[in-house]
Amino acid sequence: MVVVAAGAQALVQGVPAALPAADTLIDASPVDYLILVVYFVFVLGIGLIARRSVSDSVDFFLSGRSLPAWVTGLAFISANLGAVEIMGMSANGAQFGISTVHYFWVGAIPAMLFLGIVMMPFYYGSKVRSVPEFMLRRFDKRAHLVNAISFAVAQLLIAGVNLYLLGSIVHALLGWPLWIALAVAAAIVLSYITLGGLSAAIYNEVLQFFVIVASLLPLVLIGLHRVGGYGGLKDKITEMAANAPAEAAVPPADQQLSSWPGQALTGFDSPVLSVIGIVFGLGFVLSFGYWTTNFVEVQRAMASDSIAAARKTPVIGAFPKMFVPFLTIFPGMIAAVLVPEIVELKNGGSPPGGASGQGVAYNDSLLYLMRDVLPNGLLGLALTGLLAAFMAGMAANISAFNTVFSYDLWENYIRKDRSDDYYLRIGRLATIGATVVAIFTALIASSFSNIMNYLQTLFGFFNAPLFATFILGMFWKRMTPAAGWSGLVSGTLSAVVVAFLSEDAFGSASLGVLPLSGQGAAFVAASTAFVVDIAVSVAVTMVTQPKPAEQLVGLVYSETPVETRTDPNEASYPWYRRTVPLAGVALGMVIVLNILF
Amino acid sequence: MAEKHTAGAFDIRNVIGGLLAIYGVILTAMGIFADPETDKTGGPNANLWAGLALLVVGLGFVAWSRLRPVVVPEDVEPVTDDPTRPAPKKRPRAGH
Repeated sequence: MVVVAAGAQALVQGVPAALPAADTLIDASPVDYLILVVYFVFVLGIGLIARRSVSDSVDFFLSGRSLPAWVTGLAFISANLGAVEIMGMSANGAQFGISTVHYFWVGAIPAMLFLGIVMMPFYYGSKVRSVPEFMLRRFDKRAHLVNAISFAVAQLLIAGVNLYLLGSIVHALLGWPLWIALAVAAAIVLSYITLGGLSAAIYNEVLQFFVIVASLLPLVLIGLHRVGGYGGLKDKITEMAANAPAEAAVPPADQQLSSWPGQALTGFDSPVLSVIGIVFGLGFVLSFGYWTTNFVEVQRAMASDSIAAARKTPVIGAFPKMFVPFLTIFPGMIAAVLVPEIVELKNGGSPPGGASGQGVAYNDSLLYLMRDVLPNGLLGLALTGLLAAFMAGMAANISAFNTVFSYDLWENYIRKDRSDDYYLRIGRLATIGATVVAIFTALIASSFSNIMNYLQTLFGFFNAPLFATFILGMFWKRMTPAAGWSGLVSGTLSAVVVAFLSEDAFGSASLGVLPLSGQGAAFVAASTAFVVDIAVSVAVTMVTQPKPAEQLVGLVYSETPVETRTDPNEASYPWYRRTVPLAGVALGMVIVLNILF
Repeated sequence: MAEKHTAGAFDIRNVIGGLLAIYGVILTAMGIFADPETDKTGGPNANLWAGLALLVVGLGFVAWSRLRPVVVPEDVEPVTDDPTRPAPKKRPRAGH
């Protein structure tokens, strides 16, 4: 270990220019590993205790239920604070600058408030517990099958993203080739799931939130200190944008330093189109689709004890969510002026190294910044936060896949009426199978320099049509079962076609017929999917038979009794405990943030 | 169970507080005994300051849960199914 420490010392003094030759990207000390071990002892310990003693586990889950709303609110945010937020947003920050905040202030907060005010009472009142379940009851088996398959595929692809990021950290730490790192990371996640790390999911999520904040906050503060504060960061970005070679296509400094019109993000030439793309594509289709149909997150709110608490969960979550960009985007922006490899990448170079071992990518911004500014100790804390987030994210994907595969697909369409034990066994096999498949989908993810491009493309395929069908089926009782499945299929296909025709939404597989690139292409694909889904659904509804109204009680807004959607006690609470006034405050704060940046 | 039943060690504030306090101790020790690596941080002893902050926050959480304990309610409602829980399913199978 003395040798390792001496090596680290030599590296630090050897100035970054000599670094790519080093065997590992990050040099962790025994203390860093100790911090990592402490975290997993905590998480697995909680899971094991919860499983071992039944009476304790009742207390355990109940204490989770009777906890104040801030806990469910944080769990709600934390369930989403995985790969997307941390690596994707810092990659975006490095590449596009401050306009990335749209993912939060346009692309999350309004949808979260909408979820709390409009959707949550409906979910709570209608007792719908999953999206496939809604599809089955609202439409028919065909819509259910289409939705279950597309959900299962989406979970496998997104699990691949999490696994890729997890593997890239293993690679950065130990220097193993990517595919070995992926296999090892997959094995770690499998043991995490089987050891019961998920049985205390809500605890882990809240814990993870604090670890991530505790690790990213020092990174941002020290990073800002190194570049001379926010003013210094702005000067450096301006200077760099002015001196960058033309072929590097670095967005002009004013686009990197102000949120609107966000052309750096969308890649559109016209500011008007860029604003439309962000507001409709990201703000409406992608984000409403993600937040209102994502039951991994909705479940967190459903766990609360009353309809009022369930409604407040996403609204309370909106407050910390507003400030997450300062922890995720700023490290990317700082890395883009402070870390030599990222500076070279942004200037059009292709420096060797990187977490994947296949060259530096924007995804690596955060890891490189950690290497450059965090001392051993804090470095371990930061690595722990990242590993925890990706592992929990992938475990959630895998078990969501597992549930849909064994109960929605296998039980309904392959082997009916077997024992519980039978489906449990199928579920276990599905977990192993999904983990193996994720190694391959991780290799797809590794071919994207900016992981956000890939994720938004995937969300466009799966969430945008789902949201269109869901929202139309919920508010329009005439919509027919045939419209349900045909809308979903045509929506997804149209998004896939747009992604193939764009320049790079599908990576190297895209044909480049349409002049769309970056995340703008994903926004257009999602918007297309939404519009096509609505159009096909309406057209098919006109020529097919609707379901009788009595079968739609609790599934369509107008057929669901008002009593099941409201909480009689809500009006008696002070304003700061009521959903709508809180949502108003959140909205006001977001508007102020949009004006400031 | 006549007396009030509190969540005790399972109170999430104790779990958060405990973890953050342990990290606080480790980082503070690093800040005092190890090389502060000021060439990376640009001056300040980051481990020391972060460690002290974590210690304060962690102990704050533990103190909060001591002052306002969570009481587990008497009427135990069965835990409903959560698809993020891998196994075993608690929901009885429909249709049998």
